[in-house]
Amino acid sequence: MYGAGILRGLGVTLRNLARRPFTIQYPEERVPQHPRFRGQEFTWYEQRCTGCASCAKYCPLGIIRIVTDPDGGNEQDGGSYKVDVFDIDQARCMYCGLCVEACPYDALHMGSGFEAATLRREDLVINVDMLKAREKRPSTWFRPQLERAKADPHHGDPVEWREAGREPFPWHPKRPAQTPEEMDHRASADGSYRSER
Amino acid sequence: MGETLADNVIYRNVYAFVEGALGPDWAWAAYAAGGLAIILLVANGVMAIGTGYTWFERRLLGRFQGRLGPNRAGPFGLFQPIADAIKLISKEDIIALGADKVVFTLAPVVMLAPTILVLAVIPFGSGSWLADLNVAALYIAAVSGIATIAVMMAGYASPNSFSLFGSMRAVAMLVSYEVPLVMALLGVTILAQSMSLVDIVEAQALPFLIVTPLGALVFLAAVSAELNRAPFDVTEAESELVAGYMTEYSGMKYGVFMLAEFTNTVVAGAIFAALFLQGWKWAVLPSHLWFLIKVGGFVFVAVWVRATLPRFRLDQILSAAWKYLFPLSLLNAMLLAAEVIIWPERGAAELGIMAAVNWAVSVPAALLWSRAVSLRSAPPTLAALSPRAFSGAAGRARQAPGGEAAPDSAARSAGTEGG
Amino acid sequence: MTLRTEPVVVNVGPHHPSTHGVFRMKLTFDGENIIDAEPVIGYLHRGTEKLAEERQYTQVITLTDRLDYVSSMTNNQAYVLSCERLVGIEPPARGKYLRVIAAELQRVASHLIGVGFFLQELGVFGGTALMYAFRERERILDMFEMLCGARITLSYMRIGGVLQDAPEEFWPSLRSFLDDMPGYADEMQALVFESEIVRARAIGVAPVSAEDAVAASFTGPILRASGVAWDWRKAAPYDVYDQVEFEVPTCEGGDNYDRFWVRMQEVRQSLRIIEQCCAQIEPGPVRATMAMLFRPPPGEAYVPIEAPKGELGFYLVSDGSIAPYRCHVRSPSFMSLTLFREMLVGWKLADAIVTLGSLDFNMGEVDR
Repeated sequence: MYGAGILRGLGVTLRNLARRPFTIQYPEERVPQHPRFRGQEFTWYEQRCTGCASCAKYCPLGIIRIVTDPDGGNEQDGGSYKVDVFDIDQARCMYCGLCVEACPYDALHMGSGFEAATLRREDLVINVDMLKAREKRPSTWFRPQLERAKADPHHGDPVEWREAGREPFPWHPKRPAQTPEEMDHRASADGSYRSER
Repeated sequence: MGETLADNVIYRNVYAFVEGALGPDWAWAAYAAGGLAIILLVANGVMAIGTGYTWFERRLLGRFQGRLGPNRAGPFGLFQPIADAIKLISKEDIIALGADKVVFTLAPVVMLAPTILVLAVIPFGSGSWLADLNVAALYIAAVSGIATIAVMMAGYASPNSFSLFGSMRAVAMLVSYEVPLVMALLGVTILAQSMSLVDIVEAQALPFLIVTPLGALVFLAAVSAELNRAPFDVTEAESELVAGYMTEYSGMKYGVFMLAEFTNTVVAGAIFAALFLQGWKWAVLPSHLWFLIKVGGFVFVAVWVRATLPRFRLDQILSAAWKYLFPLSLLNAMLLAAEVIIWPERGAAELGIMAAVNWAVSVPAALLWSRAVSLRSAPPTLAALSPRAFSGAAGRARQAPGGEAAPDSAARSAGTEGG
Repeated sequence: MTLRTEPVVVNVGPHHPSTHGVFRMKLTFDGENIIDAEPVIGYLHRGTEKLAEERQYTQVITLTDRLDYVSSMTNNQAYVLSCERLVGIEPPARGKYLRVIAAELQRVASHLIGVGFFLQELGVFGGTALMYAFRERERILDMFEMLCGARITLSYMRIGGVLQDAPEEFWPSLRSFLDDMPGYADEMQALVFESEIVRARAIGVAPVSAEDAVAASFTGPILRASGVAWDWRKAAPYDVYDQVEFEVPTCEGGDNYDRFWVRMQEVRQSLRIIEQCCAQIEPGPVRATMAMLFRPPPGEAYVPIEAPKGELGFYLVSDGSIAPYRCHVRSPSFMSLTLFREMLVGWKLADAIVTLGSLDFNMGEVDR
């Protein structure tokens, strides 16, 4: 019958009139994010970072700048470089997460937020002091150990460096299978030993 | 008219005030002042409803599409029209370089004129109308054509191809759709034996929507073409023509166009309510409110259609008018004329019989005729105009790489027919 | 009586509501009829191929996200498949299944948008079906967020598998999506494809014969709409497409209506594939042992895949260094525009817009 298709279409829209709107009223409500969300609030554990700059090397845009001080730590002892500068230029960051994937010591993690708007471009650069001072709410992206521990950057508690375990990924053959216990006897980034538990 | 006007409390007070101030020699001035007061009230009131209707339409359209629609300004976004108006007024009023300035500026005003003129003959409630014109139906058809002149002016004055496309489409549509519109009005006029809208409302013992479904259908189609509403909104076709004839307009000129357009929809709803939905009659609520509810029903359907139906192509619209709506409206008018001769006195019972006859005739007629009229697209005949068209595409196919890599042969065996 | 009129040249785009990004058409009109048409591309050129030559193989994955930004997942897939052939590595089974599930979800999302725009371009204000399509796509994006932490720029696939295994909550939401989606597809079909106005507007408009389509290197839905049942998933199965059953829907007309119709049918086939993958997938590793930084042996590789818009492939040439020597993208959207002129000439402006939509090209992929 001619017109039947039109009537059926009208029926579909009428049925959808009765449904709830699916839009989100953004500033008041937000889409619930999965813990794996790759967001802007990078979490960095200075105690774990050796200053190897793998993250900077694997960044497709080269926006991570790391300056280390070889004298700060005791690298012969399995220690770390002292990280003087750790700038992440968020203005160009696309949150692909390759830096986090590249980190051999699980020191760098993605964060959760996405509202990075500022009035000046310079404010978008995350520096080492901000990374140190930040509350540690790592995203569980590429961190199965955090996922197993049911960490949630949005609602859960902050995760301290000791709690953020390690995952020996088989597809990173060169990565030493270190456990947090071994890590304890290693020099931290500022050069002091931290063997206390 | 005089009697009902004299009953009006605003008119009486203004008349008394002016007459009291100037003396009985100035009765004509008092009469004019009183009339103007009511005209101001009606015109502004209807335009305020039209403005409010923009909110209604956007909210409803949003809900049809799973959105919320404007909800930021005020409670439920009710102040959105006001916010829009403030924004439009504060915007720079750009007249494009190369535009015909006088015509360009005049077009929005001309656009708004018929909207207000039509208000004169609409009966808004029992005993409230500005003029019970004895040629009201004709007057509506005549005045509503002015809007197309405004569209033509806007398109002509704007130095923009899209504007010109939009306005040429509008003219083509007007020429076609005035005919079925007038024929639909003719059907109603035959039934009511009067062109006065008040008489037409009075004659509706049954709503004419039931009595003459074909007339209502033709009227609806023609009026949505006149209003540039879906599915006949080719004039401003935002996916094709950006904004059609309004492309070059900004600021309050654009605002006036939009106001006229939205108000036109409300006014068309009022005309439809008066012609086909018994106007203010059978009110269970105050008659003005009852009338407004009927108008609301019309605009709800208009928004519903806008949310669902895509637009026709221009040539399809024109064929639909001449091949489909025009014969049907002729049939409708002839049917009604015959019935009026058979039943000279038409109460509810007679109208009921007529309704049965009309439904029995018009539904099969509409369906059968829709089978006879094809709106399908024919292959282009203009290809010959262009020497480069369809050159070589088929020729190259024969040189497609052979063997297993040729999608042509391998795939036909690999896949199955579906859909 | 024929009225002789001057032809008018109108630039539709680059800023126009329905040119799918910054695409410009130079249309010559005789009245409403198009007598000449010329596509102008390049407004979104970002030099992806050149950028890829300066990045390590793993880093290029992030560039592929931005080619056809409504189907990032299949872009990832095409790239990592070429890389895997270059390196000679085989991903584990679970990784392949996850890839196929993700790619088919992406196909559903891409086709939903393609079909949704049909109604928008035919002139429904705001494209009601488009909003419904976005509603369903939102659920797919939520699932992508569970998989890889992003919604659009996914970078989920890695050379030798996928980034990581799907979380537990992914499977219930996939299940509920698979349960709901056929109903929504029916609804969409009723709204879009059964309307008489749509049929009057689209059937028979801008038809492309099978011969022309093959000659013009059409691939994907627009080729199948012309009646050629060519699908890389059948012709040269990659990942686990040889393990699943599905049909390749085709139409005969090759007109605008058929092009959208094929997409709608492919959505159903994709759901079928995902169902089978869910039934077949078994626990295990998702990624082969592979360093992030690697030097493939010198050589070249090209693996075509069936992206939502057609054949997508990355032609990679390795000179033994850490970055590709050459990376050429065979993008389906660019090839879709080859018959642009032949399809538009003779039709009207309104048809041109719909024809453009029926090609469902994406400027990110056309200009690269």
